[in-house]
Amino acid sequence: MSLSVAKEKTNFKMDTSVVRPTAMHENRKIVFDTKDLNLWYGSTHALKDINLSVYEKEVTAIIGPSGCGKSTYLKTLNRMVELVPSVHTSGIITYNGREILSKNFKVEELRTSVGMVFQKPNPFPKSIYDNIAYGPRIHGIRNKKILDEIVEKSLRGAFIWDEVKDRLKENAYGLSGGQQQRLCIARTLAIEPDVILMDEPTSALDPKSTHKIEDLIQELKQDYSIIIVTHNMQQAARISDRTAFFLNGEVVEYDKTDTIFTNPSDRRTEDYISGRFG
Amino acid sequence: MALNSKLAKENNVQVREMIEQKQKSRSFLTIFEKIIPILLFLFATLSIITTIGIIYTLLIETIHFFSAVPIWDFFSGTNLKPLSQNPEFGVLPLLNGTIISSLIAMLVAGPIGLMAAIYLSEYASDKVRRILKPLLEVLAGIPTIVYGFFAFTFVTPVIRSIWPDVAATNILSPGIVMGVMIIPMIASLSEDAMNAVPNSIREGALAMGATKLESTFKIVIPAALSGIISSFVLGISRAIGETMIVTIASGSSKNFTFDITQSMQTMTAYIVEVAGGEAPAGSTIYYSLYAVAMTLFVFTLIMNLLARYISRKFREEY
Repeated sequence: MSLSVAKEKTNFKMDTSVVRPTAMHENRKIVFDTKDLNLWYGSTHALKDINLSVYEKEVTAIIGPSGCGKSTYLKTLNRMVELVPSVHTSGIITYNGREILSKNFKVEELRTSVGMVFQKPNPFPKSIYDNIAYGPRIHGIRNKKILDEIVEKSLRGAFIWDEVKDRLKENAYGLSGGQQQRLCIARTLAIEPDVILMDEPTSALDPKSTHKIEDLIQELKQDYSIIIVTHNMQQAARISDRTAFFLNGEVVEYDKTDTIFTNPSDRRTEDYISGRFG
Repeated sequence: MALNSKLAKENNVQVREMIEQKQKSRSFLTIFEKIIPILLFLFATLSIITTIGIIYTLLIETIHFFSAVPIWDFFSGTNLKPLSQNPEFGVLPLLNGTIISSLIAMLVAGPIGLMAAIYLSEYASDKVRRILKPLLEVLAGIPTIVYGFFAFTFVTPVIRSIWPDVAATNILSPGIVMGVMIIPMIASLSEDAMNAVPNSIREGALAMGATKLESTFKIVIPAALSGIISSFVLGISRAIGETMIVTIASGSSKNFTFDITQSMQTMTAYIVEVAGGEAPAGSTIYYSLYAVAMTLFVFTLIMNLLARYISRKFREEY
């Protein structure tokens, strides 16, 4: 990444019409802005004073050892964390300027524009077609023609159309794990979200499927803001623009991925990415 | 060191001797090992053998019956007058009574049982579920004679105070009470089926902006459909086989009618009546018992097979 940026700089010699990528980073709109977020499961303090800004149309990776709160943070962004009855929070998260943790914010509305892909592929026990059409249907789209279009577009968007176009009526559980995960991504795309949250989307997949999903993420970031939790540091380095390092419920360091992996400012980040713990 | 190894050696010798002694008595053990599975097999097949015996008896006596009464008259006759001068043995009034009472029961138990299951599986907190589910299952432990009594002495008077046309013995009241009896069965089995749907699938639906209701009705229930349907079919076969409630609360008139305010007799209640009366062995009326019992048996068998078929056919894999 840093290499290609350097190349561009030398090749284009500061052409005014080309915005330098680094400058672009700073100008990007903030999608999610987290201010002093604290979260408790019962009496367990799981997230401590989180301050984090997630930028539009970037891939933001969240790394850290097990139990550091990275998944919890991700699930707070679409309020899925509330499914645990004992959860309570303090602090503010704004999504496009609107405060999402307030009771007035309709959680269904939030989840419609903030999609989520889970660790284990979780297609519905329905046909491939119905898996994709489920979202549009619950949001009121009934027209068969429009649904057909959405299904094709979403499956193409997740690079799985060619593999499944001849068996759209078959049960989704007949697909391989990697295909199921791409189906779940397609399912998320079907309702045209703004942000896609990914909770270790490749941890249950083989290397080949992982590679496909990583390619897919690179494509998707043209149109979507992506936040990905990953255990795999190489993955974070490969696909993300920014990386946040979580430890014991705190954000230790949050910066451009290049900086985090080449020149971290915190000793603990360095120790973690060099494999000294976690 | 030397002492240690010596000790070990002494120990070893002892252990070996013990093992050898044990092996000498092995022949007795091997016989034992061979007999036990045979015994276990016998126990396992006991109920199957009993069933075969029952079917055999039913079949023989039914054949006797059909040598006295033409099979067509039995299955198409709308008159059942076993005790009159010119006895008639049409089974249709009994079939009608059985079907109508089961239908009423399912109209009560189906919706209520399913709603209860949805509440328990999707909405109730763990605490509430832990209290409610056992309570519901207590209903299943009440003897049916108590339900029958309840239908006759409580439900019927209540119905009659609202709807005076209803007769003192009628099919409506036992139908409703049978429904109440079946609710726990449907609720419990449907709840099991819905509980078996993995949480990750619910989360998938919720994460797409589905409301709880949308995830329940469009994802969880379809996924659990095979279990829900087979709980319904099992409920129906329970209603068909139910005896005491209808015997007590529906009387014994062998009307062929669709008027639910009137008394009707079911197949089971007929068997109770005739078996309890003085039907001399070898008479046609005595054999009619077996023919009715056989019909009932085939009926419930079909229901149970249907339940199995449905639960396989509609299984959504997850």
